Amino acid sequence: MKLRQLAAVFLVMGFGVMFMTSDLMAKPIEIQFWHAQTGALEESLKKIVNAFNQSQNKYVVIPVAKGSYSETMNAGIAAFRSHNQPHILQVYEVGTQTMMLSRAIYPVYDLMKDTGHHIDWNGYLQPVLSYYEASNGELQSMPFNSSTPIMYYNKDMFKKAGLNDPPKTWEDLGKAAARLVASGVVEYGMTSAWQTWVMIENYSAIQNIPIASEANGFDGLDARLTINNPMLIHHFERLKQWMNDKRFVYEEREYKGPQAAFISGKCAILMDSIGAIGTLKHNAKFDWGAAPLPVEASNKEPQNSIIGGASLWVLKGHPKEDYQGIADFLAFLATEDMQILWHKETGYLPITLKAYEKLKSSGYYQKYPAQEVGILQLTRKAPTVNSRGIRLGSFPQIRDVMNEEIEMLWQGKRTAKQALDDAAGRGNELLRQFEKRSE
Amino acid sequence: MLKRSSFSSRFLPYLLILPQLLIILTFFYWPAAQAFFQSFMLSDPFGVRSQFVWLYNFRHLFEDPLYWKSIGITFIFSFLTTMLSLSAGLLTAALANRVLKAKSAIRTFLIWPYAVAPAISGVLWMFIFHPTFGIISRLPMQWLGITWNPILNGNDALFLVIIASAWKQISYNFVFFIAGLQSIPKSLIEAAAIDGAGPFRRFWTISFPLLSPTLFFLMVMNVVYAFFETFGIIHTVTQGGPGGATMTMIYKVYRDGFVGLDLGSSAAQSVVLMIVIVALTLFQFKYIEKKVQYAG
Repeated sequence: MKLRQLAAVFLVMGFGVMFMTSDLMAKPIEIQFWHAQTGALEESLKKIVNAFNQSQNKYVVIPVAKGSYSETMNAGIAAFRSHNQPHILQVYEVGTQTMMLSRAIYPVYDLMKDTGHHIDWNGYLQPVLSYYEASNGELQSMPFNSSTPIMYYNKDMFKKAGLNDPPKTWEDLGKAAARLVASGVVEYGMTSAWQTWVMIENYSAIQNIPIASEANGFDGLDARLTINNPMLIHHFERLKQWMNDKRFVYEEREYKGPQAAFISGKCAILMDSIGAIGTLKHNAKFDWGAAPLPVEASNKEPQNSIIGGASLWVLKGHPKEDYQGIADFLAFLATEDMQILWHKETGYLPITLKAYEKLKSSGYYQKYPAQEVGILQLTRKAPTVNSRGIRLGSFPQIRDVMNEEIEMLWQGKRTAKQALDDAAGRGNELLRQFEKRSE
Repeated sequence: MLKRSSFSSRFLPYLLILPQLLIILTFFYWPAAQAFFQSFMLSDPFGVRSQFVWLYNFRHLFEDPLYWKSIGITFIFSFLTTMLSLSAGLLTAALANRVLKAKSAIRTFLIWPYAVAPAISGVLWMFIFHPTFGIISRLPMQWLGITWNPILNGNDALFLVIIASAWKQISYNFVFFIAGLQSIPKSLIEAAAIDGAGPFRRFWTISFPLLSPTLFFLMVMNVVYAFFETFGIIHTVTQGGPGGATMTMIYKVYRDGFVGLDLGSSAAQSVVLMIVIVALTLFQFKYIEKKVQYAG
């Protein structure tokens, strides 16, 4: 590089620094918001943040994408250990217990109270709040993107097989799947994304049975998994049987394979998060519908399903005036307009009843009935101790263990009972480890 | 003979190696020391609570049959990946060395895959072998009546990640083998040819022994590659599944440390991994290197 060019570069850099510093002096308080949203979700998140930044001039929220959920959580932890933590950290639902015990957080309930925000918590969707509440009912983190699993079905295939309504019970589902396969309309009956979330966690919540002792872990770190109960064993035996006669096909632990199987017409029924609606809208070249997850025929009053997704945690260690801005931002996030925007663009649940009712009265759900299925399933009954959520340490690993053992069942290397016994045993070992680390 | 360099100042040589030394210290010794220290601790991820537990993490690790399984998988995986990529690399290099036309174009094509990141290599192979949308698994395998499902069948999954990992490394091996082959004096091969040795015989009795230093170097590099750098492939293709069938040691370090946030156990596993790879490399130098002929 020539000397003159070099000088020019330095000059530009110098101006840049000057601008930046002069800018800083006049700048409002910055609030760092680390999140794990990518693609279209990040765009929607930025819209909300920009709307907040334009609504006032005291604070500026700066959203920073940190990669996947586990990468974001790790980034937050590493930053906290080096005293560089962001103000707000998005953490997936399975990290809830770790965050609650971290001693690094400022509980949202306290934050809102301390900063003079009077929030009517009863106006929120209760199963969403309850997942992030301490056992005394105080909210620990702000629900952000919440989803729940529902059932999608291929209407064209149903018609061809002479079926009308989507099955309501597991029994009916078995019959419908048998008919679909036997009539030659489709190779396989159904599949499921996120099998542990759908077939263990949500199945148990809907049936109102616990997956762990101590009220699913809400009441203490000494919780033990109870997933090897007769009901779940029976449920998995049934699924294994369906697998043998092609009524059920296993695609993978996460969602890509199952969604591909449904979209390509390999199977007629898919159980997946409400977040799949967008993908199906874009890619499914057939008429499809959405329905609640099936329940057991004996279950006349099915419970609410439980949520997945992530919430926003406020971290300790910042100047007091910053927390006013954080609280204002969280309150802004929960306003109807923002919730409606978020729900419409991403398909995630609106977290307040007011936002839901406003959407309903505007006729939105008549136009998009699939969007309402999850909300109705989630709010059909007040949550019980078994359906308000799961509070277990090392939960990401426990899900891995459950997945591994269920895969052993699918491979035929274990019976349903053995698989669930082993999953419970290995999971309990992880829980004891977590308990020991948290001492 | 090596020449002894002479410096005017006693400190100059130290000054010259200082930058490299600093890099190694900050990016290898410092994290390694931290991992070592962490492996004796039991702590929560935020570092608020931690306790010194002596060898608890190691004991707990070796009492876990799944950790032994993971070690077994790692050895099978590394052995097969190394063997496959070395033999394929040697074969292509030996063949490419005999090519007369379009030499450089062919070599470029053979070296190209090395520019592909491991994660992308994994995705490519997944596209080819995926049971739902893979080209190979949908057509040829169904015609041949092979039941193929890497998503459900552990052996299929292991096979898939071995292929993807080995494929990625063939180009690397190819470069070194072809360089090695070219440095073999033509006169030796011509002399053998005059004595009536066929191409195969010439390769085995002349080229191959003279290639042994290259082969040895590549063996060490490939084992290290298989142990550490295949993380991206496993992460994109199987995530250690199904049923833990592709849970190699390095992937378990990641799962337990970054997803499970069990830093103590993850650090202990890193230390074990470090010991294993050091032992393996020493073993290679001590026993295999004896068979290497350094001609010159």
